[in-house]
Amino acid sequence: MRETTPSVRPRHAAGASSRGDGLFRGVILALALAIVVVFVLALYQLVAGSLPSIERYGFAFLFRTTWNNVTSEFGALPFIIGTLVTSFAALLIAVPLAIASAVFVTEYAPRWLAEPVGYLVELLAAIPSVIYGLWALFVLKPLVVQLGTWIFYQPWIVQNPSLKWLVPSNLAGLGLLTAILILAIMVIPYTASVARDVIRLVPQDQREAMYALGATKWEVIRSAILPFARAGIFGGVILSLGRALGETLAVTMVIGNDPKIVSGLFNPTATMSSIIASEFNEAVNNLQRSSLIEIGLLLFVISVIVNYVARLVIARITVGGTS
Amino acid sequence: MTTTLRHADRIATSRGARRIRNVVASVLIGLGTLVVLVPLFLIFWYLLSRGLGAIDLDFFTRSPAPPGEAGGGLLNAIVGTFMLLIIASLIGVTIGIGGGIFLAEFPRHRLVPLVRLVSDVLSGIPAIVLGLVAYGLIVVTTRQFSAWAGGVALGLLMIPIVVRTTEEVLKLVPTSVREAGLSLGLPQWRVTLSIVLPAATSGIVTGVMLAVARVAGEAAPLLFTALGNNLLNLDPSKPVSALPLSIYVFATSAYPEQQRLAIAGALVLILIIFVASLVARVATRRR
Repeated sequence: MRETTPSVRPRHAAGASSRGDGLFRGVILALALAIVVVFVLALYQLVAGSLPSIERYGFAFLFRTTWNNVTSEFGALPFIIGTLVTSFAALLIAVPLAIASAVFVTEYAPRWLAEPVGYLVELLAAIPSVIYGLWALFVLKPLVVQLGTWIFYQPWIVQNPSLKWLVPSNLAGLGLLTAILILAIMVIPYTASVARDVIRLVPQDQREAMYALGATKWEVIRSAILPFARAGIFGGVILSLGRALGETLAVTMVIGNDPKIVSGLFNPTATMSSIIASEFNEAVNNLQRSSLIEIGLLLFVISVIVNYVARLVIARITVGGTS
Repeated sequence: MTTTLRHADRIATSRGARRIRNVVASVLIGLGTLVVLVPLFLIFWYLLSRGLGAIDLDFFTRSPAPPGEAGGGLLNAIVGTFMLLIIASLIGVTIGIGGGIFLAEFPRHRLVPLVRLVSDVLSGIPAIVLGLVAYGLIVVTTRQFSAWAGGVALGLLMIPIVVRTTEEVLKLVPTSVREAGLSLGLPQWRVTLSIVLPAATSGIVTGVMLAVARVAGEAAPLLFTALGNNLLNLDPSKPVSALPLSIYVFATSAYPEQQRLAIAGALVLILIIFVASLVARVATRRR
C-alpha cells in the first residue's frame, strides 16, 4: 500500500496544477482581452457621443467652416486646418534639428558628452505639456510679440500704404506662430530618439568603407549614414506627427482658440484638440457637445491610422535592418 | 549607378572645398543640437528663478486662496494628484502587467498579434480623446465629475506603457530559467508567478514608475473628468484637482497671485516627474 502512494501523489498534483494552469491562463487572457475591450468601448463611446452631430450634419461636418455657439452652427474645417498647419509647420522646424542632434550624439560627440546630451534630449520628452504651455505663455509669447513688432512696425512698412496690409491686425502673441514654435520644441525628442536608434543600426563597415575611400565625416554622414537610416527616420517623423496632431494643452494655452480658419501667422485660430479642451465644459447645448465629441472621434481615427503606419515603417526597418 | 558616378565627381572636387564643407556641416550639426537643448535650460531657469521663491510651507499645507487674495497653496492639487494616480495605477498596472505577461509568456497564442496591435495603437491616441471616453463612460453614467473618472482616464493612458515595458522585461528572462522550473515539474503558472516575475520585478517596477511619471503630468484628460476643485477633497466620487490641472487653470488666470502658484506648482510637478524617472533609470541600470 505504501509503495503506491508516491505514484498517486504526483498524479494528484498534476491534476491540481493543470487546473491552476487553466485558471492562470484564463485570468491572463481576460486581462489581455481587456485591452481590446477598452479600445472597442472607447470607439463605441465616441461614436455614440457624436451621433447627434453626425445625424445633423453628416459628412458635411468635415467641410463646414462656421462654428458659432450663438446660432448653434458647427463645422470642423477650421480646426482640421489648424491642426494640419500647426503640426506640419512644427515638423518642418523640428525634423532638421532632431536629425542634427541625433547625428551629433551618434557620430560627433565623445562618449562622455553623448550620454548626457542624449539624456537631456529625452528629458525634453518628460516635461508635461502644461509646463510647456506655461512657459510658452509667460516667456515665448512676449518674444513673439517683440518679433512681430520689430518686423512689422518698421517705419518703411507702416508708413508705406502699399505694404500696410502686411501688418497683422492682432499682435497679442496668442496665435499660430507661438503654437507652432512650442509644438516644434515638444516633438523634437520623438524624432530625435527614433533617428538616434536607426543611425546606431547603420553597420560600422558602411562608415569605414567610405572613410577608406578618403571621404570626410560630412560625406560619410550624407552618403553612407543618412540614406541607410532614411526610412527609419521617416517612421520617427510619422510618430512625431501623431504626437503633434494630438498635442493639446500647450497649444490650447497659446493659440488663442478663435474658431476661425487661420488667416495669418500672428492671428489666433484653434486646433481640433484645443477646441475640445477650451469649449467642452462650457458647451451651450447637446449639439455643441456632440460636435466636440465628433472632433474627438476624428482625432481618434487619425491617430490610429498615423500610428499604425509609423509602426509598420519602423518594424520593417528594424527587422530588415538587423537581418 | 548614376548617383555613384556623380558622387565620384563630387569627391574629385578640390580638397579645400570639401574640407570647408565638412567644417560647416559640423558647426551646423553642433548648433542644431544646441538649439534643441536651449529650451530645456530656459524652461528650467524660468521655473527655478520664478517658482523657488513661491514654494513655502503654505504651498504644501493650504488650498488656494480665493482669487485676488494673497497666500494659499496647492495642497488640494497635491492630494488630488496622488488620489488620481492610485486609481489610475489600479487599472493601468493590473491590465498592463496582465497584458505584458500574455504577450511574453504565451507568444504562440493566436490573439497575440491583435493584443499587441491594439496596445500599440492605444499608446498613440491623444490623451484628451481618452478624457472624452472616460467622460462618456463614467461622468455621463454617474452624472457626476469625480476622481474615479479622472483616474480611469489616466489609467487608460497607462495601460500601453506598462504592457510594453512588462513584455520587454519578461523577454529578458532567459528561456533556460523557465525550462529549469518546468523540468522540476512545476506547472506553468508557478513558473511564471514564482520564478519569471520575481526575476523581472525591478524592470516591471521601472516600467510602472515611468508610466506613473508620464501620466502624472497630464491635465488634458482631467479637464472634463476630475474637473478640478479649489477645496481639499478626499472623496473619490467628488471632483478633485490635480497639479497639472491647477497649473493650467492658474497659468491662464488674470491674477498674479494665481500665476505665481502655477509656476511654483510647475516646479514641484517637474521635480516629482524627474525624480520618478531618475529612480526608474537608476533601478534599470543596476539590474
